[in-house]
Amino acid sequence: MALSREQVAMRVAQELEDGYYVNLGIGIPTLVANYVPEGIEVMLQSENGLLGMGPYPTEAQLDADMINAGKETVTAIKGAAIFSSAESFAMIRGGHVDLTVLGAFEVDQNGNIASWMIPGKLVKGMGGAMDLVAGAQNIVVTMTHADKYGNSKLLQSCTLPLTGVGCVKKIVTDLAVLEVRNGAFHLLERAPGITVEEIQQKTAGKLVVNGDIPEMVFN
Amino acid sequence: MAGFNKVVHSYEDAMAGLQDGMTVIAGGFGLCGIPEGLIAQIKKMGTTDLTVVSNNCGVDGFGLGILLEDRQIKKMVASYVGENALFEKQLLSGELEVELTPQGTLAEKMRAGGAGIPAFFTATGYGTPVAENKETREINGRNYVLEPAITGDFAIVRAWKADRYGNLVFRHTSMNFNPMAATAGKITVAEVEEIVEPGELEPSQIHTPGIYVQRVIKGSFEKRIERRMVRQG
Repeated sequence: MALSREQVAMRVAQELEDGYYVNLGIGIPTLVANYVPEGIEVMLQSENGLLGMGPYPTEAQLDADMINAGKETVTAIKGAAIFSSAESFAMIRGGHVDLTVLGAFEVDQNGNIASWMIPGKLVKGMGGAMDLVAGAQNIVVTMTHADKYGNSKLLQSCTLPLTGVGCVKKIVTDLAVLEVRNGAFHLLERAPGITVEEIQQKTAGKLVVNGDIPEMVFN
Repeated sequence: MAGFNKVVHSYEDAMAGLQDGMTVIAGGFGLCGIPEGLIAQIKKMGTTDLTVVSNNCGVDGFGLGILLEDRQIKKMVASYVGENALFEKQLLSGELEVELTPQGTLAEKMRAGGAGIPAFFTATGYGTPVAENKETREINGRNYVLEPAITGDFAIVRAWKADRYGNLVFRHTSMNFNPMAATAGKITVAEVEEIVEPGELEPSQIHTPGIYVQRVIKGSFEKRIERRMVRQG
């Protein structure tokens, strides 16, 4: 069975390490915050200028001056820091954020990512995505392995305008976990019940399969 | 306005000198931390052919979005403009020009503009449409794009507290682009929630030193919330 959005988030959460500063994009990446493993402390960075993002506020805590990068009302945890957009992107551009998780339309075998623009459709803007992919130490992309018509999103070469070049290290899809290196997708794990053949069939780019590929484990 | 007293008492005085064709840099992220009254004053003045530099362009009927209603904006420089149907309409009809700029690059362009740095190299956008027609350079094995700084004829910002010297303190995440915007205007106008006496702001806790600020006005703010999220508790 292909993973649900929550299961993709749960699997991404296994990439978190104690002491990580993490920026989570909009959509599935946001859900990762719900599955931080026991005994691990991570600090969430929101690029509008908040390090130490907390959960949504209660009605009593609601404050128009306290939002996240998705423009949603949020809270700050104890020990949080708030700063300007320039400071925020200095920490991103300077490589101080350990992990960025974001969605994408396409990723290719050279680690290029396209996530912000579909020609012919209205372009709404890249927001902070280009800065994040250029700056983070480690980038994990979450997306469905194929689009709703069955077309692979893991390509030899991205067809859409790029967000960044050679930056994606790991991809967690609804079918698999893959590493991007040396010009290929390396299959690391399968979703429970999904065969290597199905993953192969839905991966348009070069796929390397070494030995037995284990199923993902969810605790 | 005498000496260092930068407080003005009307929005007319706050925005005096704004003319057609000028560039206005506006602080704010979405609807958070926007100078609501100064934007309303620009609408009232009817100034046109403006180039507006801000992370977003408000929403329909609020924030910078109201400047679209009478087609006052000629060009918008922003990182994300997806919240606004009128914006979309004017963009598609060719009435409005947009220069999409990565968010961190936009912040740094303002910072550089205010700091007298004419341009800077960044890895952001290399190999993407953002880098088209821009100088690139390989430095220590990595590729970078040369991005020019931005300055404005006016900068309009929203702060929490100010004193009459123009020292500013921002509240929570309404800080966002405001400190950089404040540095990058030839005339910077701060619309604030509260004006306090000099000395009430702790000198080491001031976010924007008054040297960057030419005018201060006490405003009143609706503080509309764009995405209201709450949890039970």
